[in-house]
Amino acid sequence: MVEFTPKAAGAVPPAEVPDVELYHPTNWWTKYVFSQDAKVIAIQYSGTAILVGLIALVLSWLMRLQLGFPDTFSFISAEAYYQFITMHGMIMVIYLLTALFLGGFGNYLIPLMIGARDMAFPYVNMLSFWIYFLAVLVLVSSFFSPGGPTGAGWTLYPPQAIMSGTPGGQDAGILLMLISLVLFIIGFTMGGLNYVVTVLQCRARGMTLMRMPLTIWAIFTATVMALLAFPALFVAGVMMLFDRLLGSSFFMPALVELGERLEYGGGSPILFQHLFWFFGHPEVYIVALPAFGIVSDLISVHARKTIFGYRMMVWAIVIIGALSFIVWAHHMYVSGMNPWFGFFFATTTLIIAVPTAIKVYNWVLTLWRGDIHFSIPMLFALAFIVTFLNGGLSGLFLGNVVVDVPLSDTMFVVAHFHMVMGVAPILAIFGAIYHWYPKIAGKMLDDTMGKIHFWITFIGAYAIFFPMHYVGLVGVPRRYPEIGDMSFVPESINELNAFISIAALIVGAAQVLFIFNLLWSIRHGKDSGGNPWRATTLEWQTPTTPPPHGNWGQNLPVVYRWAYDYSVPGADEDFLAQNDPWPDKPDGAQA
Amino acid sequence: MTDMPHTDSATDRPTGLGGIPADWSSDQTAFKNVSWGKAMMWIFLLSDTFVFGSFLIGYMTVRMSTVVPWPNPSEVFALHIGGTEFPLLLIAIMTFVLISSSGTMAMAVNFAYRRNRKATAMLMLATAALGAAFVGMQVFEWSKLISEGARPWANPWGASQFGSAFFMITGFHGTHVTIGVIFLVIVVRKVLRGDYDNETPGFFTSRKGRYECVEIMGLYWHFVDLVWVFIFAFFYLW
Ligand code: HEM
Ligand SMILES: [Cu+2]
Repeated sequence: MVEFTPKAAGAVPPAEVPDVELYHPTNWWTKYVFSQDAKVIAIQYSGTAILVGLIALVLSWLMRLQLGFPDTFSFISAEAYYQFITMHGMIMVIYLLTALFLGGFGNYLIPLMIGARDMAFPYVNMLSFWIYFLAVLVLVSSFFSPGGPTGAGWTLYPPQAIMSGTPGGQDAGILLMLISLVLFIIGFTMGGLNYVVTVLQCRARGMTLMRMPLTIWAIFTATVMALLAFPALFVAGVMMLFDRLLGSSFFMPALVELGERLEYGGGSPILFQHLFWFFGHPEVYIVALPAFGIVSDLISVHARKTIFGYRMMVWAIVIIGALSFIVWAHHMYVSGMNPWFGFFFATTTLIIAVPTAIKVYNWVLTLWRGDIHFSIPMLFALAFIVTFLNGGLSGLFLGNVVVDVPLSDTMFVVAHFHMVMGVAPILAIFGAIYHWYPKIAGKMLDDTMGKIHFWITFIGAYAIFFPMHYVGLVGVPRRYPEIGDMSFVPESINELNAFISIAALIVGAAQVLFIFNLLWSIRHGKDSGGNPWRATTLEWQTPTTPPPHGNWGQNLPVVYRWAYDYSVPGADEDFLAQNDPWPDKPDGAQA
Repeated sequence: MTDMPHTDSATDRPTGLGGIPADWSSDQTAFKNVSWGKAMMWIFLLSDTFVFGSFLIGYMTVRMSTVVPWPNPSEVFALHIGGTEFPLLLIAIMTFVLISSSGTMAMAVNFAYRRNRKATAMLMLATAALGAAFVGMQVFEWSKLISEGARPWANPWGASQFGSAFFMITGFHGTHVTIGVIFLVIVVRKVLRGDYDNETPGFFTSRKGRYECVEIMGLYWHFVDLVWVFIFAFFYLW
């Protein structure tokens, strides 16, 4: 047995700044539509992100139908397939995952978890959402533009992205995509500045950085990364708009198209790839880190155990964030860049595996001999760990130049990144929604529907993406609407592809159940009470559920401990809330 | 009351470098006595640095990748006055004007904290005027080059990327200056109206007016000037 003496909570320093002046809504419009309350903005962000996400899901169905049953669907031409791929990838990565993690969870959780009344700049925060919304409208409008959306692939590589052979290349498609991205970045910057300043400067009394829940650490780090990575995409987008609209040649070398020499010449397509991936690789971690943080908190709560190695977890997040800025060119091994670069970037890529592995070990050690409750958030968190580990391991292979070169542009890569940055973060998001929905709605999500949703999604995702590794290994290329001459792959690939496609349809259908659950439970769910999971973090200690405007009523919370005091010997309950001064009487709490 | 992980108040913190870990391990704020607005502006400027950095790196890369010789900036940007050719004369004046505006801005911040409304407003107006003059000269420079045949897609002197990068980068910087001028005027209006003395709540934000807004405005302005120095060095002098 461990010797344990409860430590006195200690004095908490006085408030440094007076309580904020909040904007108080005066009518329906300012309360629900142009709201400056981070909680409302969070729901607006999440709702919009989930809606566009559904579009991306339907697109993945269409692609899978084509791949599983080639020559069956006459409306899916090769051009249409490229358009589906592009919009699917871009929506999933940027408009769904980035917006949902940072705009959605960031807005909801940051002020609540650190004990602030709202974001630092609620008005700018509101603008952030509406610009994001505009970006989404522009993006969706490209489906209805003449020529349709761009089919350049989500990486938008020039020169092909703006040439006539690519769908949308000489029509509005690519323009709308670039404009939408530029808007997204402007909107995100407004939100991102808020999240960073709020975490740094608006914490409650007693809330030190090292007492913050890992969710906040992760969202914070991801936001800092986004603020430094998106500029590269912004600049790449502006330069490509110049090339496309004004005929400049930033990215365009001398080209011959249909026997005619184009006006372009002297530009550098590789420059675009560098700019894109300077953004693109950090982007992978921008969606992975919040998932890391959320999963850490979920397993700690639902296993009733202190997170293992909190400090290590924090430093791992920060180090992963920093390292991810010097690995971008592992996406460019086959681009024709200087081979010495490949050597450097392979090394840095493999180094990132170290802090990442630390995180996985720490999750497992947190679970070790924990009191594991197989609640739905926990199931999703466990599924995340498995899936992420799986995708991370294939990533180790792909990080090596010699292994990547033959596998690059095969379905193996598609399987890898769907595991690691597609399925895994989505699983974390589901877990987070099941976990925090009670705080947002005051109702529990239905358990039976949740279980069905979980098992279909988890098993289904494996059914889709596990065989896909094999499909890629035997040589089926990526971004091909059909294989054509089958002589280089076994015949059985056809059946496998059909199987994958059917699994994809089933998984997609299961998401309808999830959406139904979200809507149904608002009215019919069980009342959750304020703290259904008996969690320690501040968002569960609000005076009412859902939390009121300004979050805390009269008195701001005062924090006495870190976020992971579960099963503390001697305490009355198996958790100690962060604002619980145990074993002391509340002291100076009202000051 | 044992085990106090942090210092009691913002006043008795360790000073110097040792203060940094102390501040970052304390509660509430990581940057002590730095207001939210100022912290936000600094972080925004960091992000904007990456934007300008990417623009400049992009420009340097195409300058290397292009196969046509790069035009000589000191000839392209020369002014002919009375038969003599002055290389980079206009750019030199523009640079001088913009740097001077940083000086007036810094003085405005000082007077703002002394709550001298008149002097603050006058100095900020001077800053705005210098900024507007800069943009005006840029318009002149653009129209001169355009009249000589420079376009974003081609120019008479050499590599087409010269014109593309020129219009893109100076245009983006000029937009920054223009936005700065607009905000300067807005802040001047608030200073003159006494919003910062009376702590009038903002129309959209309902936050109290503070003289610090002048300083935050100043941070942005100095940044825009600093960026110009880099553009000047990398685009015009190189
Ligand atoms: C039901 C789940 C999903 C299915 C069935 C699915 C299916 C597909 C398919 C068939 C492709 C095209 C492969 C090719 O021919 O190259 C693709 C590409 C892609 N997917 Fe998914 N996907 C799913 C979820 C996601 C998620 C959650 C993300 C979020 C990161 C994502 C991101 C991407 C990206 C970035 C591409 C690459 C697009 C490109 O090559 O330009 N997918 N997906
Ligand atoms: Cu990468």
